[in-house]
Amino acid sequence: MEYGIFTVGDVTTDPTTGRTPTEHERIKATVAIAEKAEEVGLDVFATGEHHNPPFAAPANPPVLLAHIAAKTERIKLSTSTTLITTNDPVRIAEDYAYLQHLADGRMDLMLGRGNTGPVYPWFGKDIRDGIALAIENYALLHRLWREEDVDWQGKFRTPLQGFTSTPRPLDGTPPFVWHGSIRSPEIAEQAAYYGDGFFSNHIFWPPEHTARMIALYRARFEHYGHGKAEDAIVGLGGQVYLARNSQDAIREFRPYFDVAPVYGHGPSLEEYMASTPLSVGSPDQVIEKTLGFREYAGDYRRQLFLVDHSGLPLSTVLHQLDLLGEVVAELRKHEPTPVVEPVETHPVVELVETKPVETHPVVEPVETHPVVEPVETQPVEGASA
Amino acid sequence: MTRKVVVVSAGLSDPSSTRLLADLLADASVAALGDAETQVIELRPLAHALADQLLTGFATGELAEAEDAVAQADAVIAVTPVFSASYSGLFKTFFDVLEPGALDGTPVLVAATAGTARHSLVLEHALRPLFSHLHAVVVPTGVFAASEDWGTSGAAAPLARRVERAAAELAALVAARPRGPKPDQFDRDLAAMGDFERLLNG
Repeated sequence: MEYGIFTVGDVTTDPTTGRTPTEHERIKATVAIAEKAEEVGLDVFATGEHHNPPFAAPANPPVLLAHIAAKTERIKLSTSTTLITTNDPVRIAEDYAYLQHLADGRMDLMLGRGNTGPVYPWFGKDIRDGIALAIENYALLHRLWREEDVDWQGKFRTPLQGFTSTPRPLDGTPPFVWHGSIRSPEIAEQAAYYGDGFFSNHIFWPPEHTARMIALYRARFEHYGHGKAEDAIVGLGGQVYLARNSQDAIREFRPYFDVAPVYGHGPSLEEYMASTPLSVGSPDQVIEKTLGFREYAGDYRRQLFLVDHSGLPLSTVLHQLDLLGEVVAELRKHEPTPVVEPVETHPVVELVETKPVETHPVVEPVETHPVVEPVETQPVEGASA
Repeated sequence: MTRKVVVVSAGLSDPSSTRLLADLLADASVAALGDAETQVIELRPLAHALADQLLTGFATGELAEAEDAVAQADAVIAVTPVFSASYSGLFKTFFDVLEPGALDGTPVLVAATAGTARHSLVLEHALRPLFSHLHAVVVPTGVFAASEDWGTSGAAAPLARRVERAAAELAALVAARPRGPKPDQFDRDLAAMGDFERLLNG
């Protein structure tokens, strides 16, 4: 089980001070947040991709992630999400493989369609083709990372003949891919078909749809022969604001909640918490609510939290991460018993058999996977391979 | 199996002539249908929850229950006061936030109230197109009640005759309709999707 944070890089006025950070400040703060996430013991830092204000998330996440890779040692770098609809899959193949080399394998990515309608025409696409773009573009991306001589023809980009995407994935192991979706069954089906991860960023929704999407993904994962339904690779989004006691958490977060871009001016903080995964309270309360996600998601592999949005100043976010580090340390004590049977189709297994673990944090998503564990005690053998 | 008639009333006052008309239509429809029960949804107490749903994208509590009731109804009776020559904003908001497909094929009896009969065509230029857009089957007779309609009584009164006629038409549409629970949007998306090879082949 991995724990981490994800950011959308919003540049939002702090409602308690009226101050709006500059883009430069927000971008530098994002780096500081990622470094802090590693310091407090989190496993993953993920960034969104954005092409429009008020966001200062990178248009191409590897730009940011490569920089963070150079400033960190252990934390895995990911996206939330990489737009599989409006990006050329050839560029995704190239840029993320390059990142994989720079980060020594310490990365993966989450694909999403993007819900900002105007972005599509900026890149010559139509939002009504969102699902079809996600399906076709990933089919190409999947091949580009696995085949060196690709002939390809599709509806959405020019054909390829004998094309080789460079650099090749590190040690021939394609980056691990999550597919993110709230309620499109096609994306759960896609993740299951390939045996990839499925991520439900359900932070703005009641859990009912999340439960149905995950159940579909698990059943289809097994249907396509990637392993048992319960071993399917599920990730969840979450959203927390922590303080030592619950009253302080509510009092401190309410002014941000009340005017936040997504849910502001609507239901009360208390109503919203009751309906969604939003968790504002003491460490114990956040731990309890987070553990409750398993009731509808089953045992899952990755939990990402949103902590740096709605105008919260950097100093507050860094303090949140201190508390979140404590919460995660406690959550790790409640992890389910590791799965016993190997999932043979999982790409991580191939990697582990030949390579040392330190340079391949890609291994970590299957921490519960027994095949991985022996390797952690054999650091040297693979290093000379 | 008992048919479920869900009545949506957007009246704001108490007593409300909109609710009064809704009750007349509900009683007449149950009489015409025979084995049927009604559930009345007053929109006024759901107003805040409706505004919240506009902002958050999901319904909570009693509003979620109301939307589910409408989606699973065998028939809907929708009654609004006329505000500025159309349905009220509250009425429209409720039908705006329903899940897509919630009214697919559902017989809907439309009705409206106003202070003057000069608004009576609101049924034809506002309500009927709205429910046609939502793929509901709109009962041919809509029922409009102006202030003067409440001053006459008895079975021979024009309003009573329109109510009877609309209820009979609603009952005929319901009788012609298959019974049983309706799939929701997720079920329909899933059924339409097919397997992944089909998706891959576009």
